[in-house]
Amino acid sequence: MATQDIIARSATTTASPSVRQFDEVAKLIDTTVCIGCKACQVACSEWNDLRDEVGDNVGVYDNPSDLTADSWTVMRFDEHETSEGDLEWLIRKDGCMHCEDPGCLKACPSPGAIVKYDNGIVDFDQDKCIGCGYCVTGCPFDVPRISKKDNKAYKCTLCSDRVSVGLEPACVKTCPTGAIVFGTKDEMKEHANWRIQDLKGRGYENAGIYDPQGVGGTHVMYVLHHADKPQLYSDLPKDPAISPLVGAWKGVAKPLAMLAMAATAAAGFFHYIRIGPNRVSKEDEAAVEHDAAQAGTNSPDAGGTSDER
Amino acid sequence: MTNHWNDIKNANLVLVMGGNAAEAHPVGFKWVTEAKAHNQAKLVVVDPRFTRTASVADLYAPIRTGSDIAFLGGLIHYLLDTDQIQHEYVRNYTDMPFIVKEGFSFEDGLYNGYDADSRSYPDKSEWDYELDDNGHARVDPTLSHPRCVYQLMKKHYSRYTPELVSQICGTPLKRMMQVWDTIAETAVPGKTMTILYALGWTQHSVGSQMIRAGAMLQLLLGNIGMPGGGVNALRGHSNIQGLTDLGLLSNLLPGYLTLPRDNEQDYNAYIAKRAPQPLRPGQMSYWQNYGKFHVSLMKAWYGDAVSAENNWGYDWLPKLDEPMYDVLKVFDMMYEGKMNGYFCQGFNPIAAFPNKAKISAALSKLKYLVVMDPLTTETSEFWQHVDDYNDVDTTSIQTTVFRLPTTCFAEENGSLVNSSRWLQWHWKGAEPPGEAHPDVFIMGGLFHRLRSMYQKEGGVFPDPILNLDWSYERPDEPTPEEIAREFNGKALVDLKDPVTGEVLLKAGQQLSGFGQLRDDGSTSSGCWLFCGSWTEEGNLMARRDNSDPYNMGQTLGWAWSWPANRRILYNRASADPSGQPWDDERKRLVWWDGSKWTGTDVPDFAARSAPEDNMSPFIMNPEGVARFFARGNMAEGPFPEHYEPFETPIGRNPLHPNSAAVTSNPAARVFRNDMEVFGSAEEFPHAATTYRLTEHFHYWTKHNRLNSIAQPQQFVELGEVMASELGIKAGDRVRVSSNRGFIEAVAVVTKRIRPLQVDGKTVHHVGIPLHWGFVGVAKNGYITNTLTPFVGDGNTNTPEFKSFLVNVEKV
Repeated sequence: MATQDIIARSATTTASPSVRQFDEVAKLIDTTVCIGCKACQVACSEWNDLRDEVGDNVGVYDNPSDLTADSWTVMRFDEHETSEGDLEWLIRKDGCMHCEDPGCLKACPSPGAIVKYDNGIVDFDQDKCIGCGYCVTGCPFDVPRISKKDNKAYKCTLCSDRVSVGLEPACVKTCPTGAIVFGTKDEMKEHANWRIQDLKGRGYENAGIYDPQGVGGTHVMYVLHHADKPQLYSDLPKDPAISPLVGAWKGVAKPLAMLAMAATAAAGFFHYIRIGPNRVSKEDEAAVEHDAAQAGTNSPDAGGTSDER
Repeated sequence: MTNHWNDIKNANLVLVMGGNAAEAHPVGFKWVTEAKAHNQAKLVVVDPRFTRTASVADLYAPIRTGSDIAFLGGLIHYLLDTDQIQHEYVRNYTDMPFIVKEGFSFEDGLYNGYDADSRSYPDKSEWDYELDDNGHARVDPTLSHPRCVYQLMKKHYSRYTPELVSQICGTPLKRMMQVWDTIAETAVPGKTMTILYALGWTQHSVGSQMIRAGAMLQLLLGNIGMPGGGVNALRGHSNIQGLTDLGLLSNLLPGYLTLPRDNEQDYNAYIAKRAPQPLRPGQMSYWQNYGKFHVSLMKAWYGDAVSAENNWGYDWLPKLDEPMYDVLKVFDMMYEGKMNGYFCQGFNPIAAFPNKAKISAALSKLKYLVVMDPLTTETSEFWQHVDDYNDVDTTSIQTTVFRLPTTCFAEENGSLVNSSRWLQWHWKGAEPPGEAHPDVFIMGGLFHRLRSMYQKEGGVFPDPILNLDWSYERPDEPTPEEIAREFNGKALVDLKDPVTGEVLLKAGQQLSGFGQLRDDGSTSSGCWLFCGSWTEEGNLMARRDNSDPYNMGQTLGWAWSWPANRRILYNRASADPSGQPWDDERKRLVWWDGSKWTGTDVPDFAARSAPEDNMSPFIMNPEGVARFFARGNMAEGPFPEHYEPFETPIGRNPLHPNSAAVTSNPAARVFRNDMEVFGSAEEFPHAATTYRLTEHFHYWTKHNRLNSIAQPQQFVELGEVMASELGIKAGDRVRVSSNRGFIEAVAVVTKRIRPLQVDGKTVHHVGIPLHWGFVGVAKNGYITNTLTPFVGDGNTNTPEFKSFLVNVEKV
């Protein structure tokens, strides 16, 4: 996407450009058609050139067993016994929901590290990420992960690079059963309604769409057999909302913090007015120069060959 | 497949049994999704485990592994008993009215003519129709003759009561009846069920009979030859269909022609036996053309060296002294020290064959082993000690191993035959790495060296090698295009229309179909079934036109389907006896238009045979109709009978509780040294089954990082009840042992495997995926086939990977 498509930036108060107007897009994941084949996981890693570790089996089908900075989507498998004693294997592709009101963006203190495009995609700009992890706290779906390699946050981009040139996300492209579809949000809702009708005909009375309003709706939606109980699907939150802490940080706390920062600045100003600039003594300067020279001598670049295995 | 992948969308009901289509064939499974979405189809899954296919099913029923014939036999009984069959179909298109010889009988689990010493039925002559003076089978259209197939079948399956079947299968009675009733709904002419099966039926000691039982079910319901119907084998490897089509089995020739046995030294008798006269008036009996296919094959192989004078080189064909040299037979011979060398091309026996200890011991007795493969396989490293995963003493193994790297499919042009019987051409996508060469290059080089040795040094029987026609542009490396053209075949002289004398094809031109093949040496074709795939029009396998004018999914312009680009086999049966589709609205396939057969598919019939000629749709059978009664074609008998797996958790056959001789398949071949290592339920109480996971492809993809991330480490699946009895929690390490060895793996504890009540006992299943080994980037694991028994199906000798006994302990 281009910068003129951004409609919201983290930690920024200036107005966003609004040159281009796109329809809102959405990815619809139909859990009732999904067979849990993980082709989407692999396609995601292929397209984004991600290679996670070869992990361990921890006693379930979920592998990797959780989202990581190198696994932006994972299938979560949940076994559920119905009241009639029948079994359901509820399989949900987990990943960023691309909230209309993104908690991560709200929580992020680094200007422009998280942006939202006018088509609804929420994207991270790792270049501006400071690795504070506030987005993790801010996310009601527990999606972003901080990389141990570069200490920056990563998550599904909804293949914003593909979408910007008219392609569907890689997971959609690869899904063999058509359980993942992509289009405008309106089209996806229509598709979901068609699916829900079919499911109701098959006895799933509570079949429905998952597009939670607590975050203003999402640009990744689910069709669920049991829309009344999203928790059955590996704890998909029933009424997700941005953590009150994030609200506090951006709401009540932010002016207070600004006030505190202003007070600090003011204190410094008054210090200068009353006492004058801080002065550095000759002794201080000599000490600093000595330390720098020491550091130069001990630098591994200077003569170090200790680790050439 | 009798039908094809896309045609699944025409089904009203999809039965997945003996397979796990969503897991093992996720891409093809999209057509099940289509059937559900656009045809309001239901999906029914019958499986010991609640699989990924079951996760999207409308109805799931558990079944004990290895008991499918009981389930299907019970269903056949139920349909006959409640009269839910497609009457007009079975009366006209099947052998129901045919009268069977008086000597045929079935008692105490055995058909007449059994010989216990050879574990076989040496004389099957009574398993046949009674003939009239003209050599035609006698029939009773009223179906009341006590020896007509209908009555015999009814009697045979009358023992399969719902209660007994439920006891054998462990399927709860209520759920079983629900499944049966759902299936019975497709007895209506306009409704079809498709059966999707795979190795879950094939890999049993009674596998072929399971598939037959499925086919019989479909015939009863009138679902063969119908859009959205059929019996559909989902093939495991992308080209395993091509392997069988081209006869890469020890007893076959290309196009399902068969090798002679050693008592068949007479050429004319060999042909006559395979080219039967019609058994009913007016029937086609298409195999009467066998001689044309055979002679054209020999011309393709030997060119001018064969002629009528030398019986088209018949003496150069091997004559089998055994029914077949299948993999179990070959490895048993190797194990007995009767083989010096082994060429292993494109597969991984130590991982893929049962009883790894025996395979490993067998390979250790070879002088040399040649492995041709794109990857480093366990077989090529069988001598390498790798922790407990391959605990061998390397210094004691003297076998010389040659590893010849080959290209993989993406590094060469060629065609693959998919489950749909489509020959689809593909183009090279990348250059092969390093010293990898196509298999043809390696085999070509080997052939030239052998031939020059025969030329220089002579030999006992050099003719078949010296006379082979090898007129390829570059003899060292024939191209896929040349070979494909050869399979299609060409005219060797100007071919004239026998009636008008008009020249149809000039000498050297590509044939346009197998109807042009002749048995006078004027045509050649390397595989008659592929004749029509590369004609004078060009390479039809490379076509990619997916237009579908009737919206029936037949897409006749996409690739090329054998035979004759026909998409659904026996499709004449989709029309009623008067030649009109059973359901003109939704199931239109082929029909009689007043002067010829036409339709949305290529008619599988004589194009000008009017309905009043009474030719029946199953033109490959000399009787013209489909068989419930297999005559002498099956090793175990004409009707499928339930026999227990060779390792049975209940120790007896509930159908014949007092006869140990028929507990398991009495006609399956068992080698003595394998009999000794079968386990019993006392020591190994749990029913085990092996299978594949969607994240991996056999033993290949553990070499790939992304597949390995998606499923990194070997595991076994245990039901919650069993796990709690054994004190095992998810993630614990467990040891699974059979009487042949053990593996250790992570326990996946699941609700999806439930204990079953079988014959008064509680039977637990243990699910064992098979993808791990001791080479690759996934975590090292044990070869799953350490556990499996060395016994095969009575007809094909496909190993019984799907049913055996194990014990489970926490490590």
